[in-house]
Amino acid sequence: MLQPAVILATAFGYLCLLFAIAYWGDKRADRGRSVVNNPYIYALSIAVYCTAWTFYGSVGRAASSGIDFLTIYLGPTLVFVLGWFLLRKILRISKANRITTIADFISARYGKNQLLGGLVTVIAVVGIVPYISLQLKGVSTSFNVLIHYPAIAMPSAVSTVPLFQDTALYVALVLAAFSILFGTRHIDASEHHEGMVAAIAFESVVKLVAFLTVGAFVVYGLHDGFGALFARAMETPKLAPLLTASPASAFGNWMTLMVLSMAAIVCLPRQWQVTVVENTDAKHLDKAVWLFPLYLLLINVFVLPIALAGLMEFPGGQADSDTFVLAVPMAARAEGVALFAFIGGLSAATGMVIVETVALSTMMSNDLVMPVLLRLKWLRLAERTDLSRLLLGIRRGSIVGVLLLSYLYFRLIGESYALVTIGLVSFAAAAQFAPAIIGGIFWRGGNRFGALSGLAAGFLMWGYTLLLPSFVKSGWLAESILTQGPGGLSLLRPQSLFGLAGLDPLSHALFWTMLANIGIYVGVSLLTRQSAMERIQATAFVDVFRRAESQQQFWRGTATVSDLESLLGRFIGATRTRQALVEYAERRGLNPGKMREADAELVNYAERLLAGAIGTASARVMIASVAKGDIVGLDEVMKILDEASQIIEYSRQLEQKSRELEVATGELRAANERLKELDRMKDDFISTVSHELRTPLTSIRSFSEILFDNPGLGLEQRREFLAVIVKESERLTRLINQILDLAKMEAGRMDWQIAEIKLKDVVADALAAASGIFAERGIHPEVKVPDDLPLVEYDRDRLVQVIVNLLSNAAKFCDRERGWVSVEAASEDDAVRISVADNGPGVPLADQPRIFERFQQAGNTLTDKPQGTGLGLAICRQIVERFGGRIWVENRPSRGAVFSFLIPIRRAAQAAQ
Amino acid sequence: MRAGLRGERLVALFILAAVAFHPPILNLFAVDSAVFGLPLLYLYVFAAWAVVIALIALITGTTEETAAERGVDAKPAPEREV
Repeated sequence: MLQPAVILATAFGYLCLLFAIAYWGDKRADRGRSVVNNPYIYALSIAVYCTAWTFYGSVGRAASSGIDFLTIYLGPTLVFVLGWFLLRKILRISKANRITTIADFISARYGKNQLLGGLVTVIAVVGIVPYISLQLKGVSTSFNVLIHYPAIAMPSAVSTVPLFQDTALYVALVLAAFSILFGTRHIDASEHHEGMVAAIAFESVVKLVAFLTVGAFVVYGLHDGFGALFARAMETPKLAPLLTASPASAFGNWMTLMVLSMAAIVCLPRQWQVTVVENTDAKHLDKAVWLFPLYLLLINVFVLPIALAGLMEFPGGQADSDTFVLAVPMAARAEGVALFAFIGGLSAATGMVIVETVALSTMMSNDLVMPVLLRLKWLRLAERTDLSRLLLGIRRGSIVGVLLLSYLYFRLIGESYALVTIGLVSFAAAAQFAPAIIGGIFWRGGNRFGALSGLAAGFLMWGYTLLLPSFVKSGWLAESILTQGPGGLSLLRPQSLFGLAGLDPLSHALFWTMLANIGIYVGVSLLTRQSAMERIQATAFVDVFRRAESQQQFWRGTATVSDLESLLGRFIGATRTRQALVEYAERRGLNPGKMREADAELVNYAERLLAGAIGTASARVMIASVAKGDIVGLDEVMKILDEASQIIEYSRQLEQKSRELEVATGELRAANERLKELDRMKDDFISTVSHELRTPLTSIRSFSEILFDNPGLGLEQRREFLAVIVKESERLTRLINQILDLAKMEAGRMDWQIAEIKLKDVVADALAAASGIFAERGIHPEVKVPDDLPLVEYDRDRLVQVIVNLLSNAAKFCDRERGWVSVEAASEDDAVRISVADNGPGVPLADQPRIFERFQQAGNTLTDKPQGTGLGLAICRQIVERFGGRIWVENRPSRGAVFSFLIPIRRAAQAAQ
Repeated sequence: MRAGLRGERLVALFILAAVAFHPPILNLFAVDSAVFGLPLLYLYVFAAWAVVIALIALITGTTEETAAERGVDAKPAPEREV
């Protein structure tokens, strides 16, 4: 069944079907009944990512290094997780600016710069041509394998096949015809090529079904399911490592491949074409972000099983692992499956080639050829009345040119490399666009010089570290360049540049290209200034979701409508121009016949129309040639941008203000609470103090009255009453003294007599001063003060006062019956601690923080009889803190309280000792 | 699901997926054993992948975009620092 004629007829029939589908899709679109306007077709068209490289090459890679072929598909999955941020933003920008290609996008972002667009185009063409030739090679190889059926013969070098018998050439020509027919239908490249997309979606279905068919046949037809296949493989010593992926080998460049594929899914020209340009509705992205990864998962499920089956089928390497998808069914004599596999591979290859050449041809015509032609004055292009045919001609010529170039590359160099390697070299080239794109949509500061120099540096690095070695391997250049470096300079060896060794060539290249690209892009952007146009574009891109069509504001020039009309007419045709102007007038409610002077908005509209046809950079130049005036100056741009950002600034300031207000309110509330507390304390104090004052006063008065009224009292009794009067007067004096002391200390008017003192003496003095109160209650204080305490610098009298206060407190509060008080001193690191303990009721935890405040006493001051003035501890704290110490209270574990304070030792005093 | 968290959820999912497919984690599964006759590493990668896809579908399918996230005619979001 598999005679060459049958194979050729099937392939030809398949391609005819493709033409028919594309034709049908375009016809439907013309009648306004789009077939591609749904998320499923959109997701399938994005699956153009899976090329012949996926179809044949994944199995080849799995056969040699196990599971790491999956990185190429996991990377895009990760990007699509973030698709809602990244892709949606790119989509919005591109639609607003009628961006048609990746070159157009980058040049538009950096001030509509023609040079930048040209550079991107050159990088894309140089980088992608090998990738296209890889597809041709895939078709050619698969055809040559299939044609030898039933023998499993690997094609010898294809270059020995005469030119006119080479399938790849005919495939290239057919695809050129397809791309020209369905990829250049409109002069406006930003319009959708619905027929082409329909065909691509169909191809995605075919390659998926074909691969799943082969997979199911291998797993369930040749083996008894996954389990049996894997069990057999695990018994084979040579295959087992592919399943467990010995870490050192399998994950070596895992991250490199992930990063490359993440960049590729955004930066490859064909992905840009289907994801951005051919998108009919941004809402489709919502479903595509999971449909596309799902497609990738499905097409990869059988890769490893097929690779294992192939390795078991051909243990001696009779078949190249890149052809297992065909060779395994062929060896099993399953002609139908093999033929279907061939068609699947053909669909994978053709889909990629079609979209890639259309994308590249748009770039070449809009960003390379047209700008050059328009600059060449002697061509007098500007005076030609109809340039649309020329433009289409350039695009069609570019398509043929790209395909012939790819074919040439394939004939000359393609045989020396495995499929995967060529693909990865292209991925690395496309990845060079990533910094300029990602930076361009998220960083307003990136500018033209930065993008130009970064891209150029990355591209040069790529050429040196990846392209040059591939020429060496093809035998074009001497092997010595790789082993010894150019001219014997070993530091410049392309695969271990500057002595960077230990990385595989791809990781090595990715490191150097990205270092050069990102480093120079960021560095130069930071060191150079943006022009007004760059500033406008940067804001329009970065803030695309916040500013709707804000560009008009920047255009201050005018043009006559007839000038604009003739300019547009030359590029997009008179009929379409007329149509577009009428549409515009209707939308604005104007009479199209009466428009004379074009306002800024119309000029802008015309520029965007033109941008769809010839790219943003050229459109800018052409519009500038007919419109008087220019964009506003940088200062004004900044002002306009500022107006918008001022509003934002205001709202931010408002938010800030209200936050500050909240904080201030909180502080006020706290202060108010504190004031209330103080007020309450004052009330309490007054009631305490007046009580304290009144008690001695009352007794003084009543005893005085008794003495006054009864002159006949006995001497003994009189003496007793007078003693009470004296004692109560002393108490009054003490209270008033304390109040005065505290007031003085708090006001900082206290005189401090600082001297070196010995603590043991101080404690002894204090005990002596308090001996009266102890004797009164029958307490014998315990004293534990060591002799070797360091000297401290202190006000001796005040220190005595502190200890006396604490001692008398302890005496007052200790147990009535069996009172016990102890005073202890101990030296700590750089302080001396003095504690006074008693066996009274202790201080409730809730009162501990407040007890050192003025007029605060433990317990309820209203019901209990106050035991003191409420000022003693406050005075103690004032004194202790004056000398940098600390005072606190704890409860003893058994019963009672311990008041302690620290006296810091001055260094000088220590030294003196 | 509550609206307005779509962005945060997707970023979290991205980090989760990046970690799940990171070599150190994969190494944990790169052992010589099989579950249901399938090699553990193969099973893990595809299962994790499927879970990630299901989560994308769940997040984008069930959360509503807020006006700020949609970005059209919305009140300006706080200026992003660059």
